[in-house]
Amino acid sequence: MMSSWLDYTINGLIVGNVYALVAVGLALIFGVSRLINFAQGSIYLVGAYIGWVAVVQLHTPLPLTIIIVAAASALVGLIIERFGLRPLQNSVRIAPLLATIGISFVLDQLVMLTFSPNPRALPSQLPDVRFQVGGGTIGPLDLLIAGVGLTSALLLFVFLRYSKLGWAVRATAQDRDAAMQMGVDVNRVNQAVFGIAAALGGVSGLLVGMYYNQIDTAMSLQATLKGVVAEVVGGAGNVPGAVIGSLLLGLVESYGVAVFGTSYRNLFAFLLLVVVLVLRPNGLFASARQGPPEPLTGTFIAPSRPVRIPRWALLVAAAIFAILPFFPVSFYVLQTMINAWLLGMLALSLTLVAGTIGQVSLGHAALLAIGAYTSALLSLTFSAPVGVAIIGGGLMSAALGTALISPSFRLRGHYVSIATLAIGEIVSLVILNWESVTRGPIGISGIPPLSLFGYELVSPTSIYWFSFIVMVVLALLQARLLGSHLGRSFRAIRDDDIAARAYGLSLNRYKSLAFIFGGFAAGISGGIAAHLYSYINHETFNTQQSILALTVVILGGLGNVVGAIVGAVALVGLPEVFRVAAEYRILIYGIVLLLLVRFRPQGLLGTM
Amino acid sequence: MAEQHTMLSLRGLTRRFGGLTAVDAIDLDLAKGELISIIGPNGAGKTTLFNLVTGLDRPDAGHVSFEGQDITGFSPERLAGQGIARTFQLGRVFGNLSVMDNVLIGAHTRLRAVKPAVPVIGPLLELGLALLRPSSVRDEEERLREEVKAILARFGERLLPRIDQPAYSLSYANRRRVEIARALALGPRLLLLDEPTAGMNPTETAEMQGLVAELKAEGLTILLIEHKLEMVMRLSDRVIVMDEGKKIAEGPGEQVRGDPKVIEAYLGHGLSGAAEQESAA
Repeated sequence: MMSSWLDYTINGLIVGNVYALVAVGLALIFGVSRLINFAQGSIYLVGAYIGWVAVVQLHTPLPLTIIIVAAASALVGLIIERFGLRPLQNSVRIAPLLATIGISFVLDQLVMLTFSPNPRALPSQLPDVRFQVGGGTIGPLDLLIAGVGLTSALLLFVFLRYSKLGWAVRATAQDRDAAMQMGVDVNRVNQAVFGIAAALGGVSGLLVGMYYNQIDTAMSLQATLKGVVAEVVGGAGNVPGAVIGSLLLGLVESYGVAVFGTSYRNLFAFLLLVVVLVLRPNGLFASARQGPPEPLTGTFIAPSRPVRIPRWALLVAAAIFAILPFFPVSFYVLQTMINAWLLGMLALSLTLVAGTIGQVSLGHAALLAIGAYTSALLSLTFSAPVGVAIIGGGLMSAALGTALISPSFRLRGHYVSIATLAIGEIVSLVILNWESVTRGPIGISGIPPLSLFGYELVSPTSIYWFSFIVMVVLALLQARLLGSHLGRSFRAIRDDDIAARAYGLSLNRYKSLAFIFGGFAAGISGGIAAHLYSYINHETFNTQQSILALTVVILGGLGNVVGAIVGAVALVGLPEVFRVAAEYRILIYGIVLLLLVRFRPQGLLGTM
Repeated sequence: MAEQHTMLSLRGLTRRFGGLTAVDAIDLDLAKGELISIIGPNGAGKTTLFNLVTGLDRPDAGHVSFEGQDITGFSPERLAGQGIARTFQLGRVFGNLSVMDNVLIGAHTRLRAVKPAVPVIGPLLELGLALLRPSSVRDEEERLREEVKAILARFGERLLPRIDQPAYSLSYANRRRVEIARALALGPRLLLLDEPTAGMNPTETAEMQGLVAELKAEGLTILLIEHKLEMVMRLSDRVIVMDEGKKIAEGPGEQVRGDPKVIEAYLGHGLSGAAEQESAA
């Protein structure tokens, strides 16, 4: 028993070492540019695949493999910095956040298109022996990982401490403006930091691939999440903190797996994150009482005057879509439009939460999942009529979604995105593990089809009308909400939460109301989807959908109700019109997001 | 003035940031209807003091009481509900909201019809009422809109023609005016103005001075941070001078103006030292 505990400890420290390589890069980048780089995991993925090419195709020896991976990953980092982020230096705070999300999406998709999503084996090139250490065992790969971790830490320390560029990095991290005034070339500092972070991230991907002898494209998001967890636990921007946070995360996971089993590994990581975010948002090593928040005079979203669409034009558009089934359109077109209306409901929800009240949620698909599971279980287990079950799904999504996110209400900016991403993952993991209720990995099948007042909606036309009407009703309600005192209260909190509090607006109360309303719309969408698909599992509603919804919302204009629907129709419909192959669509969504952030941050119809 | 009832009272209020004591054992009593100006060099701790009074920051020591109640450590939203309104040094308007909506936010704590005082389900009722908008809610909103127009009219033609424009499109001076209008919409019992004339030209400053004088004449209790001494001398019942977190002088404007400690704080230690030597010689 003792020996296995030692094994778990060694395993935790080794895995923690790997996380540290990712987290240190994140901490460096956060230090100099106050940005959480959501693309860090993608670089890790790229590193793993470059390593695979080197090892399996080119048969390079291990030291050369590591050098190739580090150099190629650094190059990717430099490209991201130069073309993805530098043009956004003077734009609104939300822009670089969205850009790294877009970049991450594009990189992941490029890797997937090049190498296919199937897992590949990445041999470690090291002899397969284990040494006895005390009661546990340790292998050469463990030693390599520990060695690479320590060496990089040492090199980084020497660089930051003794090189001129290292001084510049530290100076910029302390006070960017002062550093610039003293002649520090901040662009060069950013380049250096992105290059180093990417090299570390890439090598980390390689080592993890070797450790598990397997790489696949799902590694990217996991790595970003783990790196972010470790970094936030250690204190954002704190490099030694990131290392300690990583080791702690590795140990927590390893012991968690020891006690509860493998499928709980990530659950522990995300719970650790949420606990730290809520109790000590500045990290474990920051002093408990920070100074008062800096006055943030810049606006969070791009100021713009929304495009005013005359009421008659909206009525005409609604009428055309309402009578669409009377035209000789194919079943396929109707199917596509049903998808657009379901996505439109999700986008309405997200545009309220991310746009109107400024909480950029990256886990919105979790609200779909909650609505879908609730509705499916209500109709299957309790034989509730489908219409009632769907409303039950909406209410459950509103209540549970708001309850889950509520501890994070005092967080701001990037931290909200991290928290929502983590909570989204937690929801999916709970669905996977809570077998007695959710049926675990098997999923729920045989969900009854849509029906209304006892009439089954089986024809595509009736489903089309049903989803269209539900979406229009939700949109009208939301427009009415925005015209009330709540609309201006939400927007005031988004624009300046400190001034809003000084005028009596409770952040908890109004963020709750926004999530309740938004959660309801998303839950309804998920509920309808469950009855439409008749089968759901824990992967039906995934992060890809969250990001797609975010792209829709940015495309339409943050907070813009009509924009959310226009965006949904455009992103679902246009690829169909142009007959884009399915595997390229997500790549295109990522590119659309990047182009929007760069060239039209206010979206098509403008932010509200 | 002193025998009138005290509205705001600070006792030993202290706030430290690391090694720096930004606000150092400040005592202050502000009577109802009084206007006290706080002056002092940049970094003297004036804005930090405002943050402590309005709940945006918590003191390390000392107490704040308002109308006889200890309000130390109350949240900003609660203090707004008690009738404390403030403006911000850097002009924190809600950039994407119209002038009308900015000022309506000021009246948020006075919403009654749409915010029923029901425990637990109060927020849900608020959501429901916002969507249904019964006539009581519509009337209240209409009344507040009229009131906002009346407040904006106090600024002449500066803001009224721009009532539907987003605040980000306003000039710097107009943003300050929107902030003050927003504070007035709260119906404040105590008004804290943080450099209301910063960045204004002499004409605009004179206008602002006129407005503050009007508010004072109407009986509003005001705490003012201001650098323009001319305005401070004209408006203040008393002046408090802060330097390096401490109160170094207090009293009527003329008296404070001649205080050697004040001159030293403003002109620097070396220079006043030289002046002392000169007078000794």
